[in-house]
Amino acid sequence: MREIDAKAITDTVARLAIEANCLLPTDVKDRIEAARLEENWPTAQGILDKIIENYGIAERDFVPICQDTGMCCVFLKIGQDVHISGDLKSAVDEGVRRGYTEGYLRKSVVADPLRRVNTGDNTPAVLYTEIVPGDKLEITVAPKGFGSENMSRLAMLKPSDGAEGVKRFIINTVEEAGPNPCPPVIVGVGIGGTFDKAALLAKKALMRPVSERSSDEYYAALEAELLEKINSLGVGPQGFGGRTTALAVNIEWAPTHIAGLPVAVNINCHVTRHKSAVL
Amino acid sequence: MEKRITLPITRETARSIKAGDACLLSGVIYTARDAAHKRLVELVEKGEPLPFDIKDATIYYVGPTPAKPGRVIGSAGPTTSYRMDAYSPTLIREGETGMIGKGKRGPEVVAAMKEYGAVYFAAIGGAGALLSSCIKKAEIVCYEDLGAEAVRRLEVEDLPVVAVIDAEGNNLYEKGRKDYLSSL
Repeated sequence: MREIDAKAITDTVARLAIEANCLLPTDVKDRIEAARLEENWPTAQGILDKIIENYGIAERDFVPICQDTGMCCVFLKIGQDVHISGDLKSAVDEGVRRGYTEGYLRKSVVADPLRRVNTGDNTPAVLYTEIVPGDKLEITVAPKGFGSENMSRLAMLKPSDGAEGVKRFIINTVEEAGPNPCPPVIVGVGIGGTFDKAALLAKKALMRPVSERSSDEYYAALEAELLEKINSLGVGPQGFGGRTTALAVNIEWAPTHIAGLPVAVNINCHVTRHKSAVL
Repeated sequence: MEKRITLPITRETARSIKAGDACLLSGVIYTARDAAHKRLVELVEKGEPLPFDIKDATIYYVGPTPAKPGRVIGSAGPTTSYRMDAYSPTLIREGETGMIGKGKRGPEVVAAMKEYGAVYFAAIGGAGALLSSCIKKAEIVCYEDLGAEAVRRLEVEDLPVVAVIDAEGNNLYEKGRKDYLSSL
């Protein structure tokens, strides 16, 4: 049994929250720059240039890439041979509190959805834990902006809707969102499981590097087909027209019920942020 | 190429700006998003004065990050505008001539823009670090309790925006997409 002090979790969450908000992951930057080269519509080229300039400034000045520094989603993979001394949830929330205060990040969380009073420190985190083999603790901090979160959708399709129904739902979701989620977007898709499982898979799909296709050939081909179709919609960067509507479509899937075909689409903007560390 | 516009925008100027115009805005703008809009419209409904002069005012839908020491403001890009659709027609009627945000607007907003003369601009969503460099001064006007959502008075210089919907109801989101697709 390996001991991990809850304080180390707090320190790591605080650091990751700040870094994730100021430094765009390399795979996302590479994909945006590649899309800029493939884009031939002048307005779209201009927007992509500004987006590239923006994350350059954020990195140089160590300021947030986007003012919506998000709700702080924290994913923990806890080795089954780890013992945490201290309260885990409080340690994570304290990390969010410190990171968002010391890092000059925006506090965007209200204490309850109807009475809407700001908690003032961006807590609580949206915390997911998973028990895995081993004696390590992997922490991923993924701040999620709500311009794109609000454009996300979930449908409980029928098995008879099949792959065509799933494709139609995903493409329609991106098309209806249009300019709202700050395209170019990254499309996280979760197919299968239950109502809640599909949504979580879609969120997790956003954390897979955009350079990496599904390990399952069938789904990898589906990702490529969907990306091509979405980039034929013409929405373009910021919705002003152009090819680059999406940077990637990442699909995660799970076994499901004989009666069901859940599909969740979690949209993220070009500022797709996540940062991990292993304790 | 870009149209230089000095604020405030009069009704007449608002009517002269066309969807698709790339503009650089300089002068004073006010910030407000969901919670502040709700309070402003409640004041109008009660017949009470607004905390700033709404006549010919331009409102930027933004909740900036806190300023780091030595800086005027933190990152300050636009938020999605449709959440303000319930409130914008009232503010336009009261005198608002410019709105800066991103994304689609509802028909009730476009109707008010046509009736009174107002223009809707989009700034680049997700480019908050870049846009903040155009903000030269920032001070809180009211609703400090709302934190990032407080109403701020900003002095901007050459803030890059694009007119998306004009006072005739023309829409760049529709036209831009159509033009691109017909170019293929």
